[in-house]
Amino acid sequence: MLHFANWKIALITLLVVGGAFFALPNLINSKSLEVVPDWIPHQQINLGLDLQGGAHLLYRMDENELIEDWLKTIRGDARDALRKERIGYRGLALSIPKRQVQVRIRDAAQLDQAYSQLRELSLPLSASVFTGPAGNTLDVERQDDGVITLTITEQGLQQRISSAIEASIETVRRRVDAFGTTEPTIQRQGRERILVQVPGIRDVTRLKEMVGKTGKLEFKLVDTAVRGGQGAESGRVPPGSEKIPSGDGFAADYIVKSRAMVTGENLVDAQPGFDQRTNEPVVTFRFDTQGGTRFGRVTQSNVGKPFAIILDNKVISAPVIREPILGGTGQISGSFTVQEANDLAVLLRSGALPAQLTIIEERTVGASLGADSIAAGQVAALIGIALVLAFILVSYGLFGIFANIALAVNIALIVGALSLLQATLTLPGIAGIVLTMGMAVDANVLIFERIREELRTGKSPIASIDAGYSRAIGTILDANITTFIAAAILFWLGSGPIRGFAVTLSIGIITSVFTAFTFTRLLVSQWVKYRRPSKVPI
Amino acid sequence: MQGLRFIPSGTRIPFTRFRMAGIVISSILILASLFLFFTVNLNYGIDFRGGTLIEIRTKDGPADLGDLRSRLGGIGLGDVQIQEFGDPSEVLIRIEQQTGGEQNQQRSIQLVKETLGDAVDYRRVEVVGPTVSGELIRDGTIAVVAAIFAVLLYIWFRFEWQFSIGAVAALVHDVILTIGIFCLLQLEFNLSIIAAILTIVGYSLNDTVVVFDRIRENLRKFKKMELSDLVDLSLNETLSRTILTSVTTLLALGSLYIFGGQVIRGFTFAMIWGVVVGTYSSVFIASPVLMMLGVNRDRGGSPAPKLKEPALRRT
Repeated sequence: MLHFANWKIALITLLVVGGAFFALPNLINSKSLEVVPDWIPHQQINLGLDLQGGAHLLYRMDENELIEDWLKTIRGDARDALRKERIGYRGLALSIPKRQVQVRIRDAAQLDQAYSQLRELSLPLSASVFTGPAGNTLDVERQDDGVITLTITEQGLQQRISSAIEASIETVRRRVDAFGTTEPTIQRQGRERILVQVPGIRDVTRLKEMVGKTGKLEFKLVDTAVRGGQGAESGRVPPGSEKIPSGDGFAADYIVKSRAMVTGENLVDAQPGFDQRTNEPVVTFRFDTQGGTRFGRVTQSNVGKPFAIILDNKVISAPVIREPILGGTGQISGSFTVQEANDLAVLLRSGALPAQLTIIEERTVGASLGADSIAAGQVAALIGIALVLAFILVSYGLFGIFANIALAVNIALIVGALSLLQATLTLPGIAGIVLTMGMAVDANVLIFERIREELRTGKSPIASIDAGYSRAIGTILDANITTFIAAAILFWLGSGPIRGFAVTLSIGIITSVFTAFTFTRLLVSQWVKYRRPSKVPI
Repeated sequence: MQGLRFIPSGTRIPFTRFRMAGIVISSILILASLFLFFTVNLNYGIDFRGGTLIEIRTKDGPADLGDLRSRLGGIGLGDVQIQEFGDPSEVLIRIEQQTGGEQNQQRSIQLVKETLGDAVDYRRVEVVGPTVSGELIRDGTIAVVAAIFAVLLYIWFRFEWQFSIGAVAALVHDVILTIGIFCLLQLEFNLSIIAAILTIVGYSLNDTVVVFDRIRENLRKFKKMELSDLVDLSLNETLSRTILTSVTTLLALGSLYIFGGQVIRGFTFAMIWGVVVGTYSSVFIASPVLMMLGVNRDRGGSPAPKLKEPALRRT
């Protein structure tokens, strides 16, 4: 166990130096790092949100809203299909919990025809590895009493959710990017969830407002048949119109025509700006050709009437159309502050979310707490390491020095590995490193105790050291693999900071076993080789 | 340079003679823990109970807890707990889960911010809604049970079934006592405590495995020795290592507990407790259980290490 081939010595040295090399950038602050030559690695350990401050927001998409929208489309399509074929029907109803649309065909003779028409509404799904064999979006079934049901299939729903989530992620990313923070992560989690992590964000309230808004923009004509379209608290809403609350929460509700004349889907751009006359912050927008044409037509035939601009079912403002707007551009005013105008522009540019996103978990850490945690973690780590080093030195003398050098190498390797893997260091992660310090010496303790035992049986120093290493290895492996199993399970089931702890603990276990069996052993073997000891000072 | 020996070599402490005492004490502690768990229960944090946690720091001088209590008690958020957190100017506000679904949880942050305004620095905000807290309870339980099972299998595979029962008995003992102390002291039980428990599982096992390894080795070496003497011998032989490793780990953990900040204090407390209990249990639970179950001494484990020893002697 004490002989090392030269290539092994080279390899061990290389690994240790390599580890230290990758750990190096962490000693330099990130500004000075910019002037460091390229051949030196620049990757520093990523600090977790709990250390650098930031927001962790877990959103859930409202699945029922998605189902409802879809069922409404199906109902509309079914109505159109049946009308086109002049098939009489009754009770075209949708049920969200059952995910289905039901219709009763009046004339039994037309049932076959209706069935085949409605079956065409069911579209084939694209096959994919995840959803298994391709099916259809809808199950269309008929019963003898003339009822046809169209049910959304599980696969169809899954695909719809997936694409809605993907679209939402894009939208959310555009909104978060507007904050200009470095490296936000936005990713899907599970079936209908999106995890948004934004390091270093200061104004979390504003972030939540931006991300959580659906961002659905609609232009609807105010129903002027009702007195002024406004102030109708108790008044009846005429058919074809609806009541929409005012955005500022103080003004009375508006009565507007239900039909949206133009929507945000036709927007190609939105920018914050200032009104040329009043110098008030506004948002200017531009429609695509179709939207521009429609906007022009509506404004042309409704001059002098108020036109409500509605965001997420709240009226932002309802300016009176002074003249036809034909260029496909316009502006939204609504006594905004500069920031509100800016945020609205971002919201409109990013597009609408397919369905409402709700926060189901939030963890936000302010920068001050993060900095305090780093400072506390550093102090605790330094004191902990100092205590362990001193204790080991006192316990094992010269061999204690070997073990302590190994401990230092261990720390360098852990830091190097974390930087290289771009793992995230969290506060529990720092605890993991400190804990590993305590546990890392265990491998050497096991070996040294074994050497002491072997010496007591009267073996020569070299034989004792040799036997100490070869007998301890099994124990060390067994003992560390069990800890590793626990760490792996922690990694598998944990999230965020806890996962950071599992990562440092696992890396620490690997490096401590590695250093005990290669690096420390190498030190000991070189010492034996050059000193030829007659006594082992252990 | 010679090292000091904190534990003299060649100790002959008759551990197994005290095993009944150990088992009685542990049984009482386990029953007490279970009793506490079923009566006072754990003080679950928002991870498992849902709700909102806000850590604030006052900008001028120490916080007036009474004033905060009266201001935040009257804004219709139900149960609001106010507690100093490590420093007189730092305060932890815990708000119970609001009824009416996920959206209403966000409202409590807004209300607190409106009430306290800019006079304080909001250091940390955590909101866990009903869906997520349910999942965290499930995942946490699965994690602990899965870890214990994985370890049971590993030890069974590496040793014999008696060893794995002994090891798992010690583990379950450690986990129950940890839950017991958290019930007793009413410390907040959150996700990081689950992480601590899993680490305790790993650590306690580490200790047990080292002792078992030695028992297995001695079983091959001393075929005629009484099992109780053999266990005693193995415990004494590994005693120095057990103490040394516990001390280094406790030094590191103690430093974390004192200097590492309030946020991870619960986590380090659980771990310190776990190291103490885990060290005790590998001596007084794992080995006695092994003795009670008896070991099949004819087989003596896998043959590979058997060959190793004579081979070494010959060279």
